[in-house]
Amino acid sequence: MTRTPASPNRGTIRRTGAVVVDALLPLGAVVAALLVGALVLLLLGKNPALAYGAMFRGAFGSLSGITQTLAKATPLLLVGLGVIIAFRAQVINIGGEGQLVVGALAATACSLALRELPGWLLLPITALAGALAGGLWGLVPGLLKARLDVNEILSTVMMNAIAVQLMNYLLRGPMLDPAQVAAGTNIPQSAALPEAAWIVRLVPRTLFHAGFILALVLAVVVALLLWRTTLGYRIRAVGLSPSAARYAGIPVATITATSMVLSGCLCGLAGAVEVMGVHHRVVEGISGGYGFSGIVVALFGGLHPIGAIPAAVLFGGLLVGADQMQRTVQVPAALITALNGLVVLMVVSSTYATQRRAARRQSEAARPTAREAEGGPLDPQLTPDL
Amino acid sequence: MEQLLTIGTLLGVLHSMIRLATPYLYAAIGETLGQRSGLLNLGVEGMMLMGAYVGFYVVFTTGSLLGGVLAAALAGALLGLMMALVSVTFRAEQGISGIGMYLFGLGLSSLLFKLTLGTVQSVSGFPEVPLPLLGSIPGIGPSLFTHSVMVYAAFALVPLAAYVLNRTTWGLNIRAVGDNPQAADALGVPVAAVRYATATIGGLLAGVGGASLSISALNIFQENLTGGIGFIAVALVYFGGWRPVGVLLGVLLFSFVSALQLWLQVTGVGLPSDLAVMLPYLLTILALAVSNRRAGQPSALTKPFTRGA
Repeated sequence: MTRTPASPNRGTIRRTGAVVVDALLPLGAVVAALLVGALVLLLLGKNPALAYGAMFRGAFGSLSGITQTLAKATPLLLVGLGVIIAFRAQVINIGGEGQLVVGALAATACSLALRELPGWLLLPITALAGALAGGLWGLVPGLLKARLDVNEILSTVMMNAIAVQLMNYLLRGPMLDPAQVAAGTNIPQSAALPEAAWIVRLVPRTLFHAGFILALVLAVVVALLLWRTTLGYRIRAVGLSPSAARYAGIPVATITATSMVLSGCLCGLAGAVEVMGVHHRVVEGISGGYGFSGIVVALFGGLHPIGAIPAAVLFGGLLVGADQMQRTVQVPAALITALNGLVVLMVVSSTYATQRRAARRQSEAARPTAREAEGGPLDPQLTPDL
Repeated sequence: MEQLLTIGTLLGVLHSMIRLATPYLYAAIGETLGQRSGLLNLGVEGMMLMGAYVGFYVVFTTGSLLGGVLAAALAGALLGLMMALVSVTFRAEQGISGIGMYLFGLGLSSLLFKLTLGTVQSVSGFPEVPLPLLGSIPGIGPSLFTHSVMVYAAFALVPLAAYVLNRTTWGLNIRAVGDNPQAADALGVPVAAVRYATATIGGLLAGVGGASLSISALNIFQENLTGGIGFIAVALVYFGGWRPVGVLLGVLLFSFVSALQLWLQVTGVGLPSDLAVMLPYLLTILALAVSNRRAGQPSALTKPFTRGA
């Protein structure tokens, strides 16, 4: 939500300053996390300056680094968008990982089955298959929450485990690459997608593919969906206050389930795009932790689709830089996972204080609305009723 | 098919069930205390990983099993304290902060593992000791009553937690804080202090639960050793209706299915092993769907407390 002061006349500069401070808070969290990481590295006898230097150069210091960063940002942004939609309806989707995996599996199976089709038809069908599978994987926890009041955090965590086992099974059995069988190596991976289903690379001989453009477009689409459509209005209304939404005649259960399905679709699409743009087949570990990193991206972007864009690029860069750091100065890339965790902890910790300040600004500014006045409830987006 | 249900295999399955149940019990009992006080800690998995690593490292370098358990407990308690700071003092959204804690524990334990150990090593962990008398019963003695101290302690936690929650003033305070913090506060119960305490104990038990894998059940450490146990433990608390005995039943059911699944893999009864591994997770989802929802759920679960609100 944007919190534009209602009256531009009084104290605008001070308020604008405070808004800027709030917007910079997540960045502060990243800096603080990097400092903690530096401390840990020092204690472990590693030079943090060298490590971070290698990380930054790896991510942004060369054309190859930048293209890799944008390639990693693509699934991060798509998952982040999915997380945002669910969040806005007070649904916490921890299931991005599983939705991404089934999306990748379905896209691959579909394009292999329809390999005769021309590219202009095969490409969208493959992507759609991934999105649908992800949506289906989101439908289960969505329905369970809407109809049976099952905590979606727990059910999505279980769905993640099931998706990974499904992938393990398929990649060792029905979907195992015939070439692997023939060679007797049996490395668990699927056959390669027909070339017609490959997403074009934007920079030749790099991993940077047109899926990034698609993700950017979808960020705008999600923003429009949330703020310019009836469905989006309903999603936000349910997120702000389910009981008020119910009184207003909004079918809360349907909206809850729908938000989870849309969220799953975006995560499933992330899996499809990862297969079509980067690997051209399903390999083990295709999810790459994007399901969880996407949550970090969504939070860091202030739960706003447009805010998620720079967030995805930043965290994509961290991932690429971490690999580089591991190769050149032998600092394990796992450091980044720990730092991501710290960023999440710090961002959610500062949310309350931010909201208090925003509420105060609001009440100083002009007629406070009941919802956002000081003493009103916390931003309901962040306090779902479990 | 005749080998499907012999007494011998059943006893074998029961033995693995008890062994598999141990880490879940530590984590889920700790989580129960926290949730009864109104705190959802979704970061158990990360705390278990840190406990598993720290416990393993201490045993690997010093050989002291007790030292390993204490170190794991300390690591878990520190993370629990950190979680309390985030959830109670900073009032963070608990579903998300838990994911942060998970990523932190996962990343830090992997980082430390790679920099200090480098490769998967093994230690000689807690030995299996038969219980006096019970352990010498033919059949079920070796199956149910011959385990390591870490296993016995986990099972002893259940009556202890039930006693503390239901029969002590402190337990009453925990329940009051979780169900009606305003009233508890009005009666002079220090809400924040109680939640800090349950979060720290929950973290401590999660750390020990992690160590029960790395220095008792498996005697190794590797990246992501726990592989989702912490998340399942949280689900089992819901499934167990927030009561220690209910949680125990849930844990036993879950680990029985897991043990059965392991045994099915060994005998290769047609079902692909990767599909069999799904069974416990499917069961958990099913159980969450049919268990009488929210009965017994602490009213203030995940809700930060503000005096006078």
